[in-house]
Amino acid sequence: MTTDLGEPTPPIPPEQAAVTGTMASRISLRQRSGGVIVPVLTVVVAFLIGGVVVAATGHNPLAAYRDIFNGAGLNWFFHPTTNTANTAPYNLTQTLLQTTSLILTGLAVAFAFRCGLFNIGGQGQYFVGLFVANWIGASWATMAAGPHIVIAILAAAAAGAVWAAIAGFLKATVGAHEVISTIMLNWIAIWIGTYLFGDGGPLQNSQNSALPISNDVTKSAQLPVIWGDQQLQGLHIGFFVAIAALVVFWLILNRTTLGYEVRAVGFNPEAAAYGGISVKKNLIRAMAISGAFAGLAGGLDMLGYLYRIGVSDIPASGVGFLGIAVALLGRNTALGVGLGAFLFGALLYGTTHGLQSGSIDPQLAGNLTYMIQGLIVLFVGADVLILYVWNTRRRLRRKTEPA
Amino acid sequence: MSAEGLVLEMRGITKEFPGILANDHVDFQLARGEVHALLGENGAGKSTLMNILYGLYKADEGQIIMRGKPVTFASAKDAIEVGIGMVHQHFMLIPVMTVAENIVLGNEPRRDGILLDEAGAEQRVRELSQRYGLVVDPSALVSQITVGQQQRVEILKALYRGAEILILDEPTAVLTPQEATELFGIIESLRTDGKSIIFISHKLNEVLEIADRITVLRRGKKIETVPREGATEELLARAMVGREVLLRVDKTSAKPGEVLLEVEDLHVFDERGIEKVRGVSFSVRAGEIVGIAGVDGNGQTELIDAIAGLRRAQSGIVRVAGRECPHATPRDMLDVGVGHIPEDRQRRGLVLEFTIAENVALHDYAKEPDAKWGWLFPAKLVEAARLLIKQFDVRGGGPLTRAGGLSGGNQQKVVVAREIARDPKVLIAAQPTRGLDVGAIEYLHRRLVEERDEGRAILLISLELDEILSLSDRILVLYEGQIAGEHEGEVSEEEIGLEMLGGRRRAA
Repeated sequence: MTTDLGEPTPPIPPEQAAVTGTMASRISLRQRSGGVIVPVLTVVVAFLIGGVVVAATGHNPLAAYRDIFNGAGLNWFFHPTTNTANTAPYNLTQTLLQTTSLILTGLAVAFAFRCGLFNIGGQGQYFVGLFVANWIGASWATMAAGPHIVIAILAAAAAGAVWAAIAGFLKATVGAHEVISTIMLNWIAIWIGTYLFGDGGPLQNSQNSALPISNDVTKSAQLPVIWGDQQLQGLHIGFFVAIAALVVFWLILNRTTLGYEVRAVGFNPEAAAYGGISVKKNLIRAMAISGAFAGLAGGLDMLGYLYRIGVSDIPASGVGFLGIAVALLGRNTALGVGLGAFLFGALLYGTTHGLQSGSIDPQLAGNLTYMIQGLIVLFVGADVLILYVWNTRRRLRRKTEPA
Repeated sequence: MSAEGLVLEMRGITKEFPGILANDHVDFQLARGEVHALLGENGAGKSTLMNILYGLYKADEGQIIMRGKPVTFASAKDAIEVGIGMVHQHFMLIPVMTVAENIVLGNEPRRDGILLDEAGAEQRVRELSQRYGLVVDPSALVSQITVGQQQRVEILKALYRGAEILILDEPTAVLTPQEATELFGIIESLRTDGKSIIFISHKLNEVLEIADRITVLRRGKKIETVPREGATEELLARAMVGREVLLRVDKTSAKPGEVLLEVEDLHVFDERGIEKVRGVSFSVRAGEIVGIAGVDGNGQTELIDAIAGLRRAQSGIVRVAGRECPHATPRDMLDVGVGHIPEDRQRRGLVLEFTIAENVALHDYAKEPDAKWGWLFPAKLVEAARLLIKQFDVRGGGPLTRAGGLSGGNQQKVVVAREIARDPKVLIAAQPTRGLDVGAIEYLHRRLVEERDEGRAILLISLELDEILSLSDRILVLYEGQIAGEHEGEVSEEEIGLEMLGGRRRAA
């Protein structure tokens, strides 16, 4: 390296440039090199703090975490058996059921992120997918199972896509920030659901007009269960759809011109425009694809195990928001989202069903998930936040230059 | 230089970063009242050496001796305490605070123990600025003053903290020629007052103009320290690069062919609605370089953007090879054969997070052989990039190296390689050598002339008058959005300089 004197330009290895470069390049290097370390560290620290809280309530944190572990069915890996009459395999199917939805809502957030968009509307897009899947799934009872399922799922994904594309369209045309518009669209989705399935609503239960609940998805539209008992929320084939979605996500981003455009716009919209890429088109398209993932999550949940939705269930759902944590923890990569979804799926089911009354205060049980989730978002978001602040500063400084 | 006169000595400074020896036993001496230039190409180790002096890095080996006593700095704070001040290339000012507030920050004059004594701060800033001719309004907000003034604020900040040694890291890189002249005046008055100045640069003419002594670094090693007397641009360039450098562009006279780019009565507004291009018409023929000279901000950016389809012109016509391009998008202009080396390679020319291969494909990623039916073939991208890296001698990485990890000169080579490889009819080169060192500039100039001889129409826009004069076959002067002059053949720098400042009108 230092022996070949006399060359006009010294080769600077990337690490070196990053060491001597700007703070932003150092941070982005750390973020990239910390690809695995930071999320793992984040989870460990979040669990440690959670443990301190458990200890503060006078319980043994190790016992609590063991219960969560077992409650999520993770002990199944030590005694694998497929019979869901046993607790461990049953718990595992429930964890995987949660994982399925979280993979897709996580991908929704991650895809938008890759285009430089913060899609907080995963929840709303999930809802419209849920509603449309219920509407189609509960209609046309005479249709053959195959087409019925396919149509219902595609419609759910399309509904999510349209819902998110509204925010993308507003951003591209009038510059409305997607964070604001997707949050507003969440509320619109919630109230549309409340209207549709509430008293006198067009999709309210046709058998009993006193119930603010939807009709049931007919047999022909219910997804086949691959593990467990359909009556007891077995694991449906949607799990494989979610796994396939991870692969599709990776392929789109890395092996298609569409993904190239999305990434170019996400990294540097000005350079993308210079390269001949339409930034506006990509903002709308990326939101649509993002929303399709969330809508798909809603569709699979509806046809896979929910089969119906009540007005009172709507505010209780948080799977879309959890997708943000999954995407952040997974660094917006396919593999990361998959692992993050599994972690949160296990946590979600493990805390609500695994904790023995003796090992932790019951009031704390459900909140432990939220606490760990919050800590993870805080820690993972922190360096993203630093980068954001730094870039904003740089932009401000540029503005002060006449150039 | 007598030992008593020395205020600072750095002995055998060595600093290694993973994979590169940034400083290799570098010696450096600074006398009282001396302007000492530190000259070297990008990556030669100038900034590393100065960051060590300023306490930002710790040297692996070597000693720093201040006024005869060895010192060690754990941080910049220690360096500031013994009277070292540094003005970085990128200013570290808080835009929402006033000039005076920025200057006293960290060492504020106080009133009643806790309150900032604003009047006192402004008073002290005024005193300092009068003493050295650093004119700046202490009560102005930093966000509202020019870059040149911001630099003065940085210098004042260092002086306010009692700096006796002032490190200026490529101070002219962000300045207009006028501002640079003013800066040299300020440096002169600082020198007269007995301050010592370390002037980091890779511009030979500046160094010869301002420095008392010049130390040349190359690849982390000190090559030589020479007094200004007797030093020439050629000798310094040779020491910097390590081989003979051609400072003058070698070219034959142009053989212009058909008109490839034609601009007719173009009017362009900027984002604030100000008309920046006000009725510009010109043409560029195949096989000629037309240079546009002008002081920054006279409509160059808007003109280029309009031709490249990146900005909608209010009215006027752009024709490429005889074809009119109304309401063209960037994609349209790429497709009719306009290549564009943008003025800001980091902001626009490259996606720094992308690999070299991905950057090379920035225009044609959706065309065969890079892609088919929307499906991307990364192996093809890499293959194409590997070829260009070899052809254009890009150093510092392979096809899969992130563009952000390359040095400025090599980043620019990637941009140039991409634009030329598309075989454009018209090539717009906007400030193609900004921030590059002599070796890279020589290469780029030669390349532009070669491309001209290939029969391309080249539109060169540069703020460096030297560059315009040495490369162009015809010169247009842009002043306040209009063509203020057109020259073919021999023309003096003064004449163009006058037109650049609207001299014709003022003289009349």
